Amino acid sequence: MAEELLRVENLEKHFPITRGIIFQKEIGRVRAVDGVSFSVEKGETLGVVGESGCGKSTMARCIMRLLDPTAGKVIFNGQDITTIKGADLMKVRRELMMVFQDPYASLNTRKRVGSIIGEALEVHKIGTPKENKARVQELLDVVGLNPEHYNRFPHEFSGGQRQRIGVARALAIRPKLIVCDEPVSALDVSVQAQILNLLKQLQRDFDLTYVFIAHDLDVVRHISDNVAVMYLGKIVETAPGAALYERPRHPYTGALLSAVPIPNPDVARARKPIVLEGDVPSPINPPSGCRFHPRCPRFQQGICDVTEPELVAKDTGSRAACHYPLESWPMSDLRLPADRVGAGV
Amino acid sequence: MIRYIIRRLLWAVVLFISVTLATYLIFYIIPVDPARLAAGKAASPHDVQVVAHRLYLDRPIYEQYLHFLDRLVLHFDLGYSYANRQDVRETVLNAAPITASLVLGAVVVWMLIAVPVGVYSALRPRSLGDRAAMTGVLTGISVHPVWLGLIASYILGYKLNLFPIQGYCAFTGRAPGEACGGPIDWFYHLIVPWFVFAVLYAAFYVRMIRSTVLETLNEDYVRTARAKGAPERRVLVHHVLRNAMLPVVTMLGMDVALALGGAVLLEQVFGLPGLGYVALHSLFQYDYPITLGVVVFASILVIVFNLIVDLLYAWIDPRIRLA
Amino acid sequence: MALLEVRDLKTSFKTDDGIVQAVDGLTFSVEKGRTVAIVGESGCGKSVTCLSIMGLNPRQNTITSGEAIFKDRDLLTLPAEEMRKVRGNEISMIFQDPMTSLNPVHTIGRQLLEAVQLHEKLPKQAARRRALEMVKAVGIPRAETRLDDYPHQFSGGMRQRVMIAMALINNPDLLIADEPTTALDVTTQAQILNLMNQLQRDFGSAIILITHDLGVVAETADEVLVMYAAKAIEQGDYSDIFYRARHPYTWGLLSSLPRLAQGAELKPIPGAPPSLLRPPPGCRFHLRCAYAFDRCRTDVPPLQPAPDGSAHLDACHLDEAAKQRGAEEILGRITVGGRL
Repeated sequence: MAEELLRVENLEKHFPITRGIIFQKEIGRVRAVDGVSFSVEKGETLGVVGESGCGKSTMARCIMRLLDPTAGKVIFNGQDITTIKGADLMKVRRELMMVFQDPYASLNTRKRVGSIIGEALEVHKIGTPKENKARVQELLDVVGLNPEHYNRFPHEFSGGQRQRIGVARALAIRPKLIVCDEPVSALDVSVQAQILNLLKQLQRDFDLTYVFIAHDLDVVRHISDNVAVMYLGKIVETAPGAALYERPRHPYTGALLSAVPIPNPDVARARKPIVLEGDVPSPINPPSGCRFHPRCPRFQQGICDVTEPELVAKDTGSRAACHYPLESWPMSDLRLPADRVGAGV
Repeated sequence: MIRYIIRRLLWAVVLFISVTLATYLIFYIIPVDPARLAAGKAASPHDVQVVAHRLYLDRPIYEQYLHFLDRLVLHFDLGYSYANRQDVRETVLNAAPITASLVLGAVVVWMLIAVPVGVYSALRPRSLGDRAAMTGVLTGISVHPVWLGLIASYILGYKLNLFPIQGYCAFTGRAPGEACGGPIDWFYHLIVPWFVFAVLYAAFYVRMIRSTVLETLNEDYVRTARAKGAPERRVLVHHVLRNAMLPVVTMLGMDVALALGGAVLLEQVFGLPGLGYVALHSLFQYDYPITLGVVVFASILVIVFNLIVDLLYAWIDPRIRLA
Repeated sequence: MALLEVRDLKTSFKTDDGIVQAVDGLTFSVEKGRTVAIVGESGCGKSVTCLSIMGLNPRQNTITSGEAIFKDRDLLTLPAEEMRKVRGNEISMIFQDPMTSLNPVHTIGRQLLEAVQLHEKLPKQAARRRALEMVKAVGIPRAETRLDDYPHQFSGGMRQRVMIAMALINNPDLLIADEPTTALDVTTQAQILNLMNQLQRDFGSAIILITHDLGVVAETADEVLVMYAAKAIEQGDYSDIFYRARHPYTWGLLSSLPRLAQGAELKPIPGAPPSLLRPPPGCRFHLRCAYAFDRCRTDVPPLQPAPDGSAHLDACHLDEAAKQRGAEEILGRITVGGRL
């Protein structure tokens, strides 16, 4: 019986927009994360998928307490960590680590690699310098790098190797949960595959739990047990990995899946692509009712633009927030079948 | 945008008060009795007291400051010199055009040098020309303006007799009692000071222009322009310079403001009785109304220029203008 | 007669550390109205190939040899002024990052006008009308007002549409697109690819598409050229490359795709691409190749045609049987993993 390691309840993160000559008045908010709830079990990988502006990175930072949530709760290992500060927060930080997207920007170019990886050990005052050095060298080996390169600088490594350093850095203090924020997006395909394999192996060896954020659906599918799809600050669908890809329920998920190019030319060219109109709206003024309604091929006036759908269970294990979830998959036309139009929710 | 302007103006006011108050307080702290200075060497203690009273010097400091502010803002009156009872405002306004002539002329000279050299260096990095330019820059920054001014004055003025050694001639023509006047004399007397002044700034600006142009040359939109079939000259003017000069313009505004406030060293070397010269000499004589007057004038200039430069930048760069 | 014929294109750069051979003998052709995809990972030379064809490499320290015959002229030896007339007019190029590829201080209308007026003496009004048509054609709403907006007022997808408009405004015969959708979201990518396909039909232009995304190649390419370490290691029809792949690197690339792994462990190519300053002897891929043997270390494999098709070429010393086995294994993965 797996235990719940992370639970997020109605998490919100709004950024105020102010205006004023002397005194700043709030005239609006960027609703980056606007009510997100999910839970992750120990040893599991939760994939979070969404496009730019959906709030996934902001959500990751809220979980990590790099940003303070505006509302909602983050419960980690049974403890409410939403508003803790100081020494309490420091204690929790030992269990939560993050791997970042840009291997060129996320490593301090002026620090040696050994120092970068061992920094967490130093900050949390774990072990003697000698012990820590040994630990760091062990980590270098674990991630597939040469322990003798302890004293090198980041610029002496390739992008893929730098990302391995980032992973080693996250592992140094044996965290329970690692949040990976687009860890392979900036890497070439073959290097991506190496890093994904590494992450999977480390998860087995070190009993890790991952929250894996990416915009590449294929990557997320490969590594996740459960997947959550985000759109404009909210989760629109969650499902176990295979189910999401084989039986998506939310039209946005369907559009996303349909947009991913298939590396099989005959199949790719035979299908009719579902092309969504327009751009993602601004998170400052999200559309009324269902946020996806202006671009949704199934939009029903009076329902979709008025009532916001709840994230409710549609099948075993899947939840979708839609008044008219997809009936089947694959579909080349997402529009509502004639017999359902006007029939109410 | 309007909001931005109003906010900047309010800040400008705050700045003005802070600067003048700070200056006022500094003079207050200096252990010299201005009343005695104003009264003159032959004054008796009683005379000094009378003078002190007339000059408000027996009031508490904040009253003196408020009186000063009131005079300044409402009447544009900066008081009278202790040394020669002249109207400070007049003294300052007489000195200002001289500094302006020096500085603005120097600006033209240094930009005429810096822009072509900087752009050339950026277009041909590591070439012989570029390396020569960078050596020139290093020299320009290292050479002390006073030394250079004296040497230039000595060689070109004294030894070779090509230019006047020092002195200023009014542009508008010979005033009674003056040794020279008119545009030609004006120009002739300022040429050497202009070049000497420009050397240091040209060096900085060559370096800066070289760096911004180099950076801009690598921008993606420059590549796009070339891909569209634009000739190199057009790419350079319309795409590169238009962007590369943005930071240069802001720097220029600020440098001019600072220089106008008091090009003290070179005015002294070349005997140009501008703001810097006047301020320096008033300090030697503890004639603090004049010093204060110059400081006030200079700070107003700097604040106004900074504001103009910020607004100019916001206007030229659409990303800021339309944010 | 092909629209563009590239023969033995070589480009090298003189750097402080030595000479970097960025493109080492590429030969391919582009037919009118067709799409040729050049695939490879970072540093393989795909971008430099197209910059060389366009003459956009830095003039100093670049040495280019070979031929690029376009409409009976060799682009590589064309005088600068002539080449300038070709760029943006007969051959256009769009780049990867739409955020930085447009000049931030000029309106998009002005930049579109520039594209027109550089090549045609049209009065401002007429040029503006053409710009307006193009902006509408690429699907930007409220085109009339948008012409006077600045790039930062557009989203990434919209900016890329503007770039496409700018590239096609003079109705070029060939469009070179360097990773046009890499920086975009997946749904935006779908929109842009869809747009490019449609415009290709409407305008009849040929496209050279540079990408590292094999999915995009599968969706859009007619011919494919796979590059590794400055050389072409496999080229042919799109179906040849996917269904009858003959080079271990191509197999490796396809095996690295998570979609084709179906949950099983990915089989990535170990190691990293070699330095182009001192490339390895023999086959450049041999240090990372699971099938390498003695000959691979010493002899550079030439591009040779497959026994079945004349247009399918690969540069590998493996015997026919091994190549067939590899091709079949990959075909199996594609059939299973590459479904809807």
